[in-house]
Amino acid sequence: MSVIEVEHLRKRYRDVVAVDDVSFTVERGEIFGILGPNGAGKTTTVEIIEGLRTPDGGTVRVLGLDPRRDGAELRQRVGAQLQESELPDKLKVWEAMELYSSFYDRPADWRRLLEDLGLADKHDTKFGKLSGGQKQRLSIALALVGNPEIAVLDELTTGLDPQARRDTWELIDGIRNRGVTVVLVTHFMEEAERLADRVAVIDAGRLVAIDTPAGLVSRLDSGQRIRFQPTTPLDDWILTELPEVHSVQRSGAQVVVTGTGDLLQAVISVLARHHVVAAELRMEQANLDDAFMALTTHEERS
Amino acid sequence: MNRLAKLTFTELKLFLRDPTAVFFAVVFPPMLLGILGAIPAFREPSEDLGGQRVIDLYVPIMIGFVLAMLALSVLPTYLATYREKGILRRLSTTPVQPSSLLLAQLAMGVGMALVAVTLVLGIGVVVFDTAMPGQLLGYLVAFVLAAAASFAVGLLIAAVAPSGKAASGIGSILFFPMMFLAGLYFPREVMPEVLRRIGDFTPLGAGVQALQDATTGAWPQPLHLAVLAAFAIGASLTAAKLFRWE
Repeated sequence: MSVIEVEHLRKRYRDVVAVDDVSFTVERGEIFGILGPNGAGKTTTVEIIEGLRTPDGGTVRVLGLDPRRDGAELRQRVGAQLQESELPDKLKVWEAMELYSSFYDRPADWRRLLEDLGLADKHDTKFGKLSGGQKQRLSIALALVGNPEIAVLDELTTGLDPQARRDTWELIDGIRNRGVTVVLVTHFMEEAERLADRVAVIDAGRLVAIDTPAGLVSRLDSGQRIRFQPTTPLDDWILTELPEVHSVQRSGAQVVVTGTGDLLQAVISVLARHHVVAAELRMEQANLDDAFMALTTHEERS
Repeated sequence: MNRLAKLTFTELKLFLRDPTAVFFAVVFPPMLLGILGAIPAFREPSEDLGGQRVIDLYVPIMIGFVLAMLALSVLPTYLATYREKGILRRLSTTPVQPSSLLLAQLAMGVGMALVAVTLVLGIGVVVFDTAMPGQLLGYLVAFVLAAAASFAVGLLIAAVAPSGKAASGIGSILFFPMMFLAGLYFPREVMPEVLRRIGDFTPLGAGVQALQDATTGAWPQPLHLAVLAAFAIGASLTAAKLFRWE
């Protein structure tokens, strides 16, 4: 069941087109990533979903409602974590949680939320004294305090150190397990690859692809690449014969084989049959980073 | 309503954690009245002042000081900081709209003004035997209009200031000339006619004079009440037009 339906969405700021004919749906219970370079229109798209901005064209339905007309009801049911939004420096963690929970008709137990997010010992700490990671976790807690059906998290881990980023990812997995649908805006490939069930790639306001992270990667031609150094001379044809192999190249003493499917298995067995030992064997797999570059750079050229 | 009360209470707590603001807006005005009253000459009736004592004149001036601090400095600095930090925007994604935070700030400011004014009036009456308002209704009307005019100007500052620092800067730049014209450095009674005339057309000058007149038992002059009402309406309408939530 779709909880968010976006159709032919358009938004322009003066002469800049921020969002250009973007359509997608988000299913209940999934983590939906919106990925794109800075300034691609990701934030504008989710701000329209949150009802903070009015689109110039297209339709948006969130939980079957119109974010502009039914804003009051949606704000009860959608939690948001905004990019670069803070709290007063002197507001204590528990005060923020208690205050924000009082805004909602059916709030979550904010004490448990603080425990779940590892902030229980920061209960009495002022916002200004929290570390970047702690502020971010508090921000997630505030997005969840209204017991939302959908949580929109914008640039969640920007500015966090790698450890804090990994900790935050664990938390997002936990949010999914609560049955909350998560819309995750990010420009980190690793984050999308690690967390998202499906990813929409947006570039210069346009939707360039929408797929699972693995699906996006498999769109790349040379999916896999194997490098090794044969211990005995090797004829290329024994490799090129294999259906999995696309190409064989030599680079110095190294052989570089590209292909798809069970490439590694096929190459190793054929080498074994010919009594060739592959030294320094390394397998390189294209990742979402490569897929993203391939998807967005060709857009830039046009 | 419950949400607004909760927000107001939170704003009050945050204000009380800001020792500089609490000192200058709430503690300093009654304290300054006490210091001035400690000078014996200021407790003697003076012919230059129409038989009044300096200490009598400083009661409404200190009330003007309280309004200036809370309305021109505290309110716009807080609101502009909240906008700068994205707090107002954050609120617009919750069931509470950011205008509630503005109302909470106003309620907190007016509440603290009442506390400080009570302290000023109380110390004046109890310690220095200053007069209770002779024309009570006129005094209340003058106070309500003076507060409305000051807070409206404060909202206008919050509307145009791009950041919390800018708001605090604009507040201080306005504070000194406005308090000068209200008689902080020397009372309006001993000012040159031209300065007093200019002061008549400022919110604090008109406000202090209206309170002063009502203290002596007269109804405040229509000019001063009209100036206060004009500032209250004009500044708040302009602020409403210019205010941005993000």
